[in-house]
Amino acid sequence: MNEKRGLPSVGVFVCRCGVNIGGFLDTPALVEYAKTLPGVVFAKENLYTCSESGTAEIKKAIQENDIQRVVVAACTPLTHEPLFRAICQEAGVNPYLFEFVNIREHCSWAHMKEGEEATKKAKDLIRMGVARAIELEPLESIEAEVEPSALVIGGGISGLVAAASLAERGFRVALVEREGELGGMLRHLYKLYPSDVPAEEVLKPWRDKVIDNPLVDLYLESEVISVKGYIGNYDVVIKSPEKEIPLKAGVIILATGAQLWEPPEGLYGYNKKDVITQLELESLLMKGKLKADKVVMIQCVGAMSPERSYCSRICCVTAIKNAILIKELNTAASVHILYRQMQAYGDEYESYLRRAKELGVRFVNFSPEQSPVVENQQVKVYHQLLGRELTLPFDLLVLSTPLVTQRGSEALATLLKVPIDQDGFFLEAHIKLRPLDFSTDGIYLCGCAHYPADVGEAVSQALGAASRASIHLTRGYIKVEPIVSSLIDEKLCQGCGLCAGLCPYGAIEMVDTSEGKKARIISVACKGCGICAASCYCQAIRLSHYTREQLEAQIRALLSA
Amino acid sequence: MPEFEPRIICFACNWCSYPGADLAGVSRIQYPPNARIIRTMCSARVSPVFVLRAFQRGADGVLVTGCHIGDCHYISGNEKAEENMRHTAELLDLLGIGKERLRLEWVSAGEGGRFAEVMTSFVEQIKKLGKLKLKEI
Ligand SMILES: Cc1cc2nc3c(=O)[nH]c(=O)nc-3n(C[C@H](O)[C@H](O)[C@H](O)COP(=O)(O)OP(=O)(O)OC[C@H]3O[C@@H](n4cnc5c(N)ncnc54)[C@H](O)[C@@H]3O)c2cc1C
Ligand code: FES
Repeated sequence: MNEKRGLPSVGVFVCRCGVNIGGFLDTPALVEYAKTLPGVVFAKENLYTCSESGTAEIKKAIQENDIQRVVVAACTPLTHEPLFRAICQEAGVNPYLFEFVNIREHCSWAHMKEGEEATKKAKDLIRMGVARAIELEPLESIEAEVEPSALVIGGGISGLVAAASLAERGFRVALVEREGELGGMLRHLYKLYPSDVPAEEVLKPWRDKVIDNPLVDLYLESEVISVKGYIGNYDVVIKSPEKEIPLKAGVIILATGAQLWEPPEGLYGYNKKDVITQLELESLLMKGKLKADKVVMIQCVGAMSPERSYCSRICCVTAIKNAILIKELNTAASVHILYRQMQAYGDEYESYLRRAKELGVRFVNFSPEQSPVVENQQVKVYHQLLGRELTLPFDLLVLSTPLVTQRGSEALATLLKVPIDQDGFFLEAHIKLRPLDFSTDGIYLCGCAHYPADVGEAVSQALGAASRASIHLTRGYIKVEPIVSSLIDEKLCQGCGLCAGLCPYGAIEMVDTSEGKKARIISVACKGCGICAASCYCQAIRLSHYTREQLEAQIRALLSA
Repeated sequence: MPEFEPRIICFACNWCSYPGADLAGVSRIQYPPNARIIRTMCSARVSPVFVLRAFQRGADGVLVTGCHIGDCHYISGNEKAEENMRHTAELLDLLGIGKERLRLEWVSAGEGGRFAEVMTSFVEQIKKLGKLKLKEI
């Protein structure tokens, strides 16, 4: 203890970072300055604080000087905070008693020509850091048990694969499908590109695995109507035709797929008879009812437009597939595909495209400014390469329309408190780093619910999502960073419910007590954004590690000098 | 007389704006050294109380920065910060501090240049407004 003032004793380590800091700021002056600050019992300069010798010096100083708060003035906490927290822990100081002061990115590098002013700024930053360090409190990470079961929403190929995969690992799975049958879109498809296997052949093994596994509870013609709780501990209510069924789940996988956009009657002559969608064509092929000698397909109908600016990804190869199938049925048939940009990426899809060309399928590129025109059983299109208009008579016109967000996605997003993007598809936590997770822990996504995907992609995503979800199920407990909100004193809470309404994670419940309604914060569900603490009129909520005292100490330290 | 150098507090969220400020530094983009950054996990943590406290203690300007709408690490924290700061700005007008001394800006982790621009323009704005003289209420 810092005897003089009854403050915890603080050690300050100023990094020169070679010349990165030392070349622009007067680091010896920073060290001398740090020594004058309240609470500081030790201050030292290092050439590289993060190096082996730098961290060894921190440990040594902690032990020799009984340091209780560690402040490092160096680079950015976003890269080096974990390292210094670990060093503190090894030396017996709770990792949350460590404070990082950024004097490189935010100072020496941003004010390279203002040595004096920059050094002054660095002094302020160190003073603020020390003031905050004094207010820090030791924290321990929070643990909670995980219910070893999963809820899978959607029984298309993605949901089936996810459910089967989790059940194979020995976890109980509730699979909820709102239709009367499993299989999703694949039930309505004939053969699947790129190998032209019947869709049913792909579907069957997964459906059988799900039906045969006693660990999977199937809920057909059912929907999820309530989800409460948090990772490891969800309370779910499923509504089946007979009754409402409550159940518990540790994790949730969302696999609700997408629907095909149906054009308005009359668009390009759309009439469901001789002007149809690709999905309607699949059904004709499946029933063996296709009779057509002159087929024209138009791509990007209702896609890559102002209303739906995205590419639906699967329509080009679907058109190629169906063109090939038509040619194989009837070599004499003429098939034209009118396209804007051909999305047939990768080796397999490219050779698929070549096969279509070899079979005599004609590809005509058009520009959105000169879209095809349909009149009198003919399609008129300006051929970009030939530089003239083509007139193509047809007896079947197929419109390739995009996959769009599933019916009910918005309601489901609200229920699960997960985000959707501007097109209504579910949005992952990070496109590259966490593509199958939602930002809310414990909820995962796969297949077309996320974005138009083909079956291969949907299956790998489903396997991945199941694997992500099983991490928590296997471990059996979760650890949460202890930066969470809590009620300071129930008496302060007036029960207004503002915080519960604001919390993005549903981590605050209003409960009835003998003193009236009170907020209850579920710490494992809290992510520590601090909106509740910032908005509580009664100052009844505190966010640990970013408490009012800690943040105000920084403000005070800056402005009192 | 030397030029007036305003004292500015900048709140920056951990997931976008703080790394945005990091990137400005890494890219060696220079901006005036008037502001001091306080890191919070999300812009939503910035309580109106902190803003008032900063002015009460002698700050000339407060800049609150967060992720762009739609990008907040906590889904919608920044939307709520926006609402809180709108009310705070009204309060600042009532108190005679003036809402121009508080600014809310979205800066992503990739917008180092934008961070520096925002900082430069805010410092200029506060310089024009001059030193804050609090009246006794
Ligand atoms: C015309 C066409 C042709 C295609 N051809 C091919 C091809 O040849 N090769 C290929 O690889 N891919 C093809 N695809 C893509 C393929 O259909 C998808 O990759 C696949 O369907 C994705 O499966 P999914 O499980 O993600 O979604 P879906 O198949 O859409 O299944 C989602 C399931 O979730 C259910 N559901 C939705 N909301 C809820 C809810 N709220 N509660 C409960 N259940 C719900 C639905 O009823 C459905 O059963 C084609 C698509 C179309 C439209
Ligand atoms: S995390 Fe950046 S504003 Fe919420």
